[in-house]
Amino acid sequence: MKPFDYVRPVTLQQAVAAASQPGAVYLAAGTNLLDLMKGGISRPDSLVDITHLSGLDRIETLGDGSVRIGALVRNADLAHDRDFARRFPAVAEALLSGASAQLRNAATVGGNLLQRTRCAYFYDVASACNKREPGAGCDAHHGDNRLHAVFGWSENCIATHPSDFCVPLVALDAVVEVEGEVGRYDIPLESFHLLPGDTPQRESMLAPGEMIVALRLPPQAAQFATHARYLKVRDRTSYAFAVVSAAAALRIENGTIVEARIGLGGVAAKPWRAREAEATLRGARVEEASFRQAAAAALASAKPSGDNAFKIELARRIVVRALTLAAAGTPERLPALPASPFAAVPGVAAHA
Amino acid sequence: MAYATTLTVNGVTRAIALDDPRVTLLDLLREQLDLTGTKKGCDRGQCGACTVLVDGRRINSCLALAVSHDGAHVVTIEGIAQGDRLHPVQEAFIAHDGLQCGFCTPGQIMSAIGLIEEGQTGDDPERVREGMSGNLCRCGAYQGITEAVLEAQQTLDAKNRREVA
Repeated sequence: MKPFDYVRPVTLQQAVAAASQPGAVYLAAGTNLLDLMKGGISRPDSLVDITHLSGLDRIETLGDGSVRIGALVRNADLAHDRDFARRFPAVAEALLSGASAQLRNAATVGGNLLQRTRCAYFYDVASACNKREPGAGCDAHHGDNRLHAVFGWSENCIATHPSDFCVPLVALDAVVEVEGEVGRYDIPLESFHLLPGDTPQRESMLAPGEMIVALRLPPQAAQFATHARYLKVRDRTSYAFAVVSAAAALRIENGTIVEARIGLGGVAAKPWRAREAEATLRGARVEEASFRQAAAAALASAKPSGDNAFKIELARRIVVRALTLAAAGTPERLPALPASPFAAVPGVAAHA
Repeated sequence: MAYATTLTVNGVTRAIALDDPRVTLLDLLREQLDLTGTKKGCDRGQCGACTVLVDGRRINSCLALAVSHDGAHVVTIEGIAQGDRLHPVQEAFIAHDGLQCGFCTPGQIMSAIGLIEEGQTGDDPERVREGMSGNLCRCGAYQGITEAVLEAQQTLDAKNRREVA
């Protein structure tokens, strides 16, 4: 690991000033950053440790009914917060389907958004990667790319964003609260992450030194609580990143879908909101034909980036199944295997 | 420049001068405090051999910078027995053959203590397996590990009930 300076600011302003220096990065839990530094993929000159800042680890309900989650809230604490999990069950399920218990105890909400892709060519410093070294080329293009993007990729980069947490969040219109030298401002999560285009090294809207201080879920997000699920297909039953995942949330009145939200994970360099699919479900009946139509709309613009055409059909089926599970109702208690297609749900067919 | 850090490890508060901020909690325990029970497997947060409790919660000590944990309370495998009396989780691992070569065992045991403390699994073996999925066992002693965790949980529950009564 390259040597670095360690800075521990006491105030947010000190943190932003320190992290605005060239070569500086924020350190929260470090569960992704230290891994990247050990592998020589990230080589910062200084780490600005924000874990000792106060006030960033609260989950609070604001006056307008929205919920604000501090950037330093740990994944496990959010998922196991009873009130939060009751109001946003798909978010809790997504969190608990990610990483391991040890990592969830450490990893933070802000860090989850800013984690880097798990593309093997990004991680292997002997491989060409435009994200790691702009202009170097992309070895994933002709490499092992069965897990790569099917939406929004470019000739320069076909990597995916690995987060589970972000998938229901983007479906529920989460907002990212940012602190920077220009002051405090909001970015909708849907536009927070950038598609690769010609600059795959630019992954988010954050300017140098800017810090995520919180996430907010609007009051409407809790209206889906009784019909919200996250479903994630992975190469192992547990402790693996998504091959494809989907969050589905429904508002149902008198057997008709009033409003639907759908997010996809593991398919693009950002959590993918399927707005066209949502539109097909407005006013639709709660039945498989509606879900199939929505799934077709969700994947209409998908395009393989390599040996991964299977992910498009897989994603269609995952969308149908996630909608089927959401329509059946949020379970009283999360299944033993959160978000797993192998978790048996009484009354729901195993294959959509 | 040295970074003055205070850590309470297995109940003993220590002032530690770190000469390099790159030192992980795992390397500090093993290389500077001679607590070699905590194992370095992958060193990348994938295997769970380095699991310790920090402020009562299980984490991977290989992905934690020691300097960032200034003020933390750390419990390692060396800190759980009371003299010659093993911790109930240690006893259960022996009773159920929850190990073969033993390399992953300190991490398994610390993870199991964390899992029982979290209180999310009940007596469901599937939930225990899921909750222990961050600890790999190359010998494949998973069956015994799951049985050991379930039994230790019962033992600790019964003990807690006795203490409350």
